[in-house]
Amino acid sequence: MTDLLYTEDESDLRAAVRSLLTARADPAALTGGRAESGSPVDGALWQALATEVGAAGLLVPEKRGGQGASHREAAVVLEELGRGCVPAPFLTSSVVATAALLALGDEADAAAALLGDLAAGRRTAVLAVPLSTAPDGPLPAAGRVTGVADAAGADVLLVLRGDGLYAVDRADAGVEPQTALDLTRPLAAVTVSEGTGTLLAGRADGEAAVRRGLLTGAGLLASEQLGIAEWCLEETVRHTRERHQFNRPVGSFQALKHRMAQLWLEVVSARAAARAAADALATGSGEAALLAAVAQAYCSRVAVHAAEECVQLHGGIGMTWEHPAHLYLKRAKADEIAYGTPGRHKERLAGLVGLDAP
Amino acid sequence: MTDAADLRTRVADLLAAHPPATTGRAEFLRARFDAGLAWVHYPQALGGLGAPRSLQAVVDAELAAAGAPDNDPRRIGIGLGMAAPTLLQYGSDEVRSRFLPPLWVGDEVWCQLFSEPGAGSDLAALGTRAVRDGDDWIVNGQKVWTSSAHVARWAILIARTDPDLPKHRGITYFVCDMTDPGVEVRPLRQITGEAEFNEVFLTDVRIPDAHRLGAVGEGWKVAQTTLMNERVSIGGSRIPREGGMIGPVSRTWRERPELRTHDLHQRLLTLWVEAEVARLAGERLRQQLVAGQPGPEGSAMKLAFARLNQEISGLEVELLGEEGLLYDDWTLRRPELVDFTGREAGYRYLRSKGNSIEGGTTEVLLNIVAERVLGLPAEPRNDKDIAWKDLAR
Repeated sequence: MTDLLYTEDESDLRAAVRSLLTARADPAALTGGRAESGSPVDGALWQALATEVGAAGLLVPEKRGGQGASHREAAVVLEELGRGCVPAPFLTSSVVATAALLALGDEADAAAALLGDLAAGRRTAVLAVPLSTAPDGPLPAAGRVTGVADAAGADVLLVLRGDGLYAVDRADAGVEPQTALDLTRPLAAVTVSEGTGTLLAGRADGEAAVRRGLLTGAGLLASEQLGIAEWCLEETVRHTRERHQFNRPVGSFQALKHRMAQLWLEVVSARAAARAAADALATGSGEAALLAAVAQAYCSRVAVHAAEECVQLHGGIGMTWEHPAHLYLKRAKADEIAYGTPGRHKERLAGLVGLDAP
Repeated sequence: MTDAADLRTRVADLLAAHPPATTGRAEFLRARFDAGLAWVHYPQALGGLGAPRSLQAVVDAELAAAGAPDNDPRRIGIGLGMAAPTLLQYGSDEVRSRFLPPLWVGDEVWCQLFSEPGAGSDLAALGTRAVRDGDDWIVNGQKVWTSSAHVARWAILIARTDPDLPKHRGITYFVCDMTDPGVEVRPLRQITGEAEFNEVFLTDVRIPDAHRLGAVGEGWKVAQTTLMNERVSIGGSRIPREGGMIGPVSRTWRERPELRTHDLHQRLLTLWVEAEVARLAGERLRQQLVAGQPGPEGSAMKLAFARLNQEISGLEVELLGEEGLLYDDWTLRRPELVDFTGREAGYRYLRSKGNSIEGGTTEVLLNIVAERVLGLPAEPRNDKDIAWKDLAR
């Protein structure tokens, strides 16, 4: 049966990540301009996460240079990164690209070398597909691909072409940054010429690997969304307890209390959904696709709802650039589209559980 | 110290001495009570072993796996969930030994005489009076929404013993004998056509002072124990996927393609996802309890299921179209239990309207979550220092 709780090791990992982020991830620096810079990732912070905490190699077996942990641990890291709205290529490189490379198996030498580098935090890689691609969605044809997350900062792009999956050095590709809604997960258009890069796998294996990466991304994104929702709720509760209007803390008004209590119910439910998806991926359960779709259909909405409530219940403060609420709203709304919208995931579910359309 | 391994041994001993296949139901349940496996966190001789409450799930799972009879916890839910913990905490030794064994075995059904026509969510405003008369109390008043009153042997009752005090004080808690000649139970017919609940009229009901729980005037504090336990209702049961109300509507969708529309499809999928997430959240809560990490999530479950039941059953009636215009049976009936799956869609739709009212309205529970879980400040109260008799009503 699915284990929906957190193990002691997972709680220790959470504490390590949180303490690192508390000490070194400064939201003020983000709102103060780094988010707008086009390269919001704090390289030193990412190195610390990747190497000191070992986050980059969590999904990679020890014999291939990683930590030999599982999707459950990666999910805990994503909860904390979501809670801090941290710009870091963990989801795109350490989860999605890594899961795709792992799906290629042990035989592919080029993939193995790259995987070792990713696990050690020496390089980062991203799938050259739009961030919006659902696990069962159409994959881009060769040429120019837009909306590729974390591409500008990545060392390697994993490109699916007609004849296979290639690893392409970013220096050999055209990468044009796009202005993204989410200031903390930069997007770029990527152009790769035919004949560039190293062949990792043929078309069929390559496509299966990409889909595995996307499914892993969708399933674990729910944990990032949970972290976003948790921060938004906690911050809103804190603010409404302190903010006085009409000679009372605004958090004592029932109209506001009910909205925050409702959000708490959603967060509790989102945690169960996110844990179920992470556990199914970790155990290689046959229900991974179903539970990832359930988690995405549900948690996407919860994160957006929490961020919208956070902005609204902060009043005018919530509309300002100085307050980080907008970073969370932008991340939550972008995450709703990332790896498939709730509607896409519900369509997928309809097929999986036999509730066909008219 | 009693641990899970010790409990498994005790369960095995019980099963060996009283094989479920050849032991009568009541006999088995009495033996289980005597073995301390009824509620393991209760004291010895009162059905327990003084073990951690979380270990009850271990016992329940082992006994269920062995096919042991259970005590129909739904039928005796008020006794198990509300009366028992209150009796345990506030009853004298005589009271506890008298009431707990037949309560647990199911020989005696309990009901709860709390709500009144003028005191629902504002329960502390209740007006039923209890006046001291020697060694007895004389009770007069009217209660309402009383489930199981027509089959109950005993009731937990709160009544006002001092109207000159503010409403939360001056209340006293009693055990009421439902066979007293002053107790009149009248069926209260509901929107479903059934009379699952009752009105209870109390006219010069005589209650011995020995059946008082807690001090005179301290009934509100005692009632908190009862009400807290009412809300910790979710237990060791596992719900399979589509195990709740989403099941019938999903089956209808699969079997009757002619009923499908695009709008209904979108709404069905949304509710299917929410039902599956609620199921997972319930399972996570169950795992927390088994692991000895109880959290406040229990109150979330009631709220989630109330809303889901209402939305899903509403969709089901709509999906049925012309058939949704029909109802299965308006005959006045007196069911002991709510049976959602034994009736048709219209019944589910109407009965589920009660899910957000019974056991604490959604509005009141949201306040409780906001204040006790999130730590938000209470709204100002203007009735705290006013004598009950002077309150507007």
